[in-house]
Amino acid sequence: MGSYQEANARERLQQLFDPNSFEEFLPPSQRVVSPHLGQLNAPVAFDDGVAVGRAKLGGITVYTAAQEGGFMGGAVGEVHGAKLVGLLRRAVRDHVAAVVLLVESGGVRLHEANAGLIAVSEVMRALLDVRAAGIPVVVLVGGSNGAFGGMGIVSRCANVVVMSEEGRLAMSGPEVIETASGVEEFDSRDRALVWRTNGGKHRYLMGDCQRIVADDIAAFREAAREALAALAGHQAELTLETLEAEQQMLDERITRFGALPDPVDIWSAMHIADAANIPMLDVDSFIAAAGQHRLGV
Amino acid sequence: METLNYRFEQGTQRLKAAPHVVGVVGSGNLEVLIEPADLGGACTIEITTAAVGFGPIWEAVMRDFHQRWLLADTRISINDMGATPAVVSLRMDQAVQTMLGGS
Repeated sequence: MGSYQEANARERLQQLFDPNSFEEFLPPSQRVVSPHLGQLNAPVAFDDGVAVGRAKLGGITVYTAAQEGGFMGGAVGEVHGAKLVGLLRRAVRDHVAAVVLLVESGGVRLHEANAGLIAVSEVMRALLDVRAAGIPVVVLVGGSNGAFGGMGIVSRCANVVVMSEEGRLAMSGPEVIETASGVEEFDSRDRALVWRTNGGKHRYLMGDCQRIVADDIAAFREAAREALAALAGHQAELTLETLEAEQQMLDERITRFGALPDPVDIWSAMHIADAANIPMLDVDSFIAAAGQHRLGV
Repeated sequence: METLNYRFEQGTQRLKAAPHVVGVVGSGNLEVLIEPADLGGACTIEITTAAVGFGPIWEAVMRDFHQRWLLADTRISINDMGATPAVVSLRMDQAVQTMLGGS
């Protein structure tokens, strides 16, 4: 097995699920491309940057989507979003066992403006409808474009988020923050700072993702299987109690850590031994060091 | 954007597999969609490229490709974002090899 980060969306689908089990809905040969990009004289992709379909994970049929970070940073346009929404609605209709989303996206495709924004909000609603139908959703984040903007929000709507350290999850991306608030606020060229802040380890410690794995497709596969097994028999729906507990966790987080300038300061405040060395740890040592210190569920 | 169309006759090799796409429409890269199609024995190639004005080079690269594989009844569609000729050739060979059962 190889690097999850370096694989493209279709390679991930082939290698993460049971061999040859991925069956695509709306494949590239149907040429359902963006109606907007052509008008802007910009290149299109035959799948509009996302492959959707069904696949087997350890013999269990799940519905899945993989965003292609190489095409416009995985950004969500009208067709791209509609494919995600269609997949999620079909998951409800077909009472599928689970949905596994391979998210890699900078968020809304700005070329498509309001159509892209509406698409992302529809994806969120459709994902919550899937959960309300009792179907668990697992999101995997390990691509070099991370999960930002609307797709960062979509990811956090899932039951479980699995990340690698190399994966990133946030609302505004580093360059957006730097542009809006200045380099003193966030230096987007400081790669160590960016990954310390948005990367999988900090997200795991903050409770924003539930599992962290090495950058390896087999490790993501195993984590997705374990997550689905652990979710079996539990309520998949997002309840008011869960939302209130999440809100309380976020309130406590901002109270405890809101004034601290760097994730290392936060890790120290969490009483993690040798906090400055956290970015150097391999994933097993990191999970051991995180131990009972991490927040969230 | 520029659209280029080529049609080659006298191919002998027909592909049996289902349509397949390789590559990604990213900077310096391209996607190649390859499909069996009833084209009266021809191999057609439609290219949509972000790099305008390179028709003669595309034509040479496509001619070489056709001579390598001599495909018949095959439709190839390309979305290109400024890939170099070497990358184009490699991707197209990858597409054919995938159809022939390689990886």
